[in-house]
Amino acid sequence: MVKRLTGDQEFKAAVSRRTLLQAGAGLVGGSLLPVGFAMPAFAADHPPIGTWPAGSSGDTVYIGAAVPRTGTYAVQGEDELKGAQLAVEHLNEGNDLIKQLAPKIKKGVLGKQVKLVVADSAAKPNEAVQAEQRFITENKVVLMTGSTSSAVAVALNKLAQREKVLYISQISGSNDTTGKDCVRYGFRQCFFGQTAAAAIAPVLVKEFGKNKKVAYMTPDYTYGHTVTKSMQDMTAAAGWTTVTNQVSPLGAPDYSSYLLNVANSGADLLINVNWGHDAVLSIQQAKQFGVLDKMKLVVPYQIPFLARETGGLMEGVYAATEYWWTIEDKYPHAKMFNDAFEKKFGYKPEWGAENAYISIVHWARMVEETGSYYPPDIIKTWEKGETIPSLMGDVHYRPEDHQCVRPVIIVKGKLKKDMKNKEDWYDIVEIVPGEGLMQKPDAFGCKLGDYT
Amino acid sequence: MVNWGNLISQMFNGLVLGALLALISSGLTIIYGTLGVLNLAHGAMFMLGGYAGYVAYTYTDSFIIAIIFGSLFVMLVGIVMERIIIRHFYGRPDEDQLLVTFGIGMCIVELVRLGFGSLSLTVPAPKMLAGITSLGFMFYPTYRLALVGIIAVALLALFLVLYRTRLGMIVRAGIEDSVMVASLGINVYRVFMIVFGIGAMAAGFAGIVNAPVVSLTPDMGEAILVQTFVVVVIGGVGSFPGAIIGGLIAGEIISITSMINPGYAYVMLFAAMTLVLVLRPHGLMGSQSRA
Repeated sequence: MVKRLTGDQEFKAAVSRRTLLQAGAGLVGGSLLPVGFAMPAFAADHPPIGTWPAGSSGDTVYIGAAVPRTGTYAVQGEDELKGAQLAVEHLNEGNDLIKQLAPKIKKGVLGKQVKLVVADSAAKPNEAVQAEQRFITENKVVLMTGSTSSAVAVALNKLAQREKVLYISQISGSNDTTGKDCVRYGFRQCFFGQTAAAAIAPVLVKEFGKNKKVAYMTPDYTYGHTVTKSMQDMTAAAGWTTVTNQVSPLGAPDYSSYLLNVANSGADLLINVNWGHDAVLSIQQAKQFGVLDKMKLVVPYQIPFLARETGGLMEGVYAATEYWWTIEDKYPHAKMFNDAFEKKFGYKPEWGAENAYISIVHWARMVEETGSYYPPDIIKTWEKGETIPSLMGDVHYRPEDHQCVRPVIIVKGKLKKDMKNKEDWYDIVEIVPGEGLMQKPDAFGCKLGDYT
Repeated sequence: MVNWGNLISQMFNGLVLGALLALISSGLTIIYGTLGVLNLAHGAMFMLGGYAGYVAYTYTDSFIIAIIFGSLFVMLVGIVMERIIIRHFYGRPDEDQLLVTFGIGMCIVELVRLGFGSLSLTVPAPKMLAGITSLGFMFYPTYRLALVGIIAVALLALFLVLYRTRLGMIVRAGIEDSVMVASLGINVYRVFMIVFGIGAMAAGFAGIVNAPVVSLTPDMGEAILVQTFVVVVIGGVGSFPGAIIGGLIAGEIISITSMINPGYAYVMLFAAMTLVLVLRPHGLMGSQSRA
């Protein structure tokens, strides 16, 4: 130990290593504290469960949204949040689009105004769980939403089941969300690894041929691993083989080491499963390393804003996505949504916004159909699996795993000269119906759990 | 079976990665060594350098001006930060110092997000350094090659300031025993301010010279801060040569491990840090007195 001078001329022992370790602990372990949970009051017809009936006993019901507003997925989280905000606004005013998607809704859901409470999850499961737990305690939320990371979606699924509060995941591409980590209290509208791979694989094989060597770039968590696995499975029949799979942590600051391995792999195609800013950075650096000149890029789970953020690097690139605004030519509901969204927020909605909007509207429809906020009854209504409208045609939810059966869109990046306006980034190659893309309900090990 | 071509490629890439880490870490370690403050806003300074450079580049189209402006701007921010906030914390517990610098870092990040949004921004490499160069055994982005030279010059300049000037002598003396320095009649507070400014400038400089390699986002400093922290622990807390050695070791660990099993690249980095802490608690180049 050495004495060193301090600001007020006093001596103070230096504790350098301890200080550093404290800093490290602070950085990596900041928010693991569990939060308590208060039980609601009893009601007459059912025993209380979750936030029922306390959460719906007033004039207002709350939806708790935990979305990433900072970190690698911040851009996508903001888009998701805007979709949720528009949905709540439309529900409360009884917007024309809502009347078409959920005809029983007048103003509010079962006559109650809906309010959104929002927290930044930073795409971290522990922060999302803490935030939602707080919303359950303080706001008695009747619905939880938000993800933009399957790790978050899986964690909130578990929270939903434990606390018996409904949860609709937002962006979540892992097969596990409605697979082995599915829960009775969780529903998912958006497309996912299996459906993305099943939709894009035939298009890729047709475009690039059989017996191709593929390099994968995979983020190291449930989303990345399941999407990569689904892509490998779906292209195996055409003789596509994996020559390297570069697994990297979420939010890696540099991809050069991985890209050198890709460059030296002899692959014909690079299938990049990275998402959010990780996708932007890895694609930009792939260009810097000449990888994109050597092999074709494919993005099986398209990232909102990717084309904009990478400049021209998505030109000619195939991607599978949930929604692209130009489908409005085919789907009137999409047109109505796009117009309302653009009027409010000043840009064309990407699929995070669409997914948040329609998921919340589907929940509202189920509540209205049920005629009650009692969660087990809402779940049973949802599990009837009725065909219901979405922004892109009719869809339905499977009772066995709570996954929405919905189309997947295959897009191809437009050349700059062909863009009709500054947001006209993609051509729609094909809109693949959802039914043929789905695995058997028990294929990924889903066991839903109890109602009460 | 070792693929020698790939190994050499990765070792070279590790050198480039390591050089950048060394530069950022040197700023962190100089500040810590002299002031005893672990600046957790250092990652935000790195990010701020990138954004300041981006603004300058947007207005002037000159990468040189972007570098100068980015570095000086962050140095200025560092000096203001030291004068207004940090100096009040020299006498406070370590925990307070960590919290205040962490908080300042968050404020800087969110202010940048407020001004520029979260969508990533790019600063192109200068035209003469754009493209790819063949090194015989591999193709490598030309700008990254140049980056090694740029960083080497910057580290040399830092070395000369620290080891060949009167200011540097005072700083190094301050690292060893700042009380003695003060008792010799030297205004250590002015030195503290300058050191904080230089440390911040090193991060800002790294931020702008690294901008053409990455895309700028307000959160980019977070992951770098963690790596920088590891580098400083490996190299030795407060040691300038340690930051360079630690940076190069960290770069090589990430690169070479990624060749064997990419999923373990960052795990191995932390494993190496743990090993160093066990075998040589004061770091490879750190002296016992700082530990």
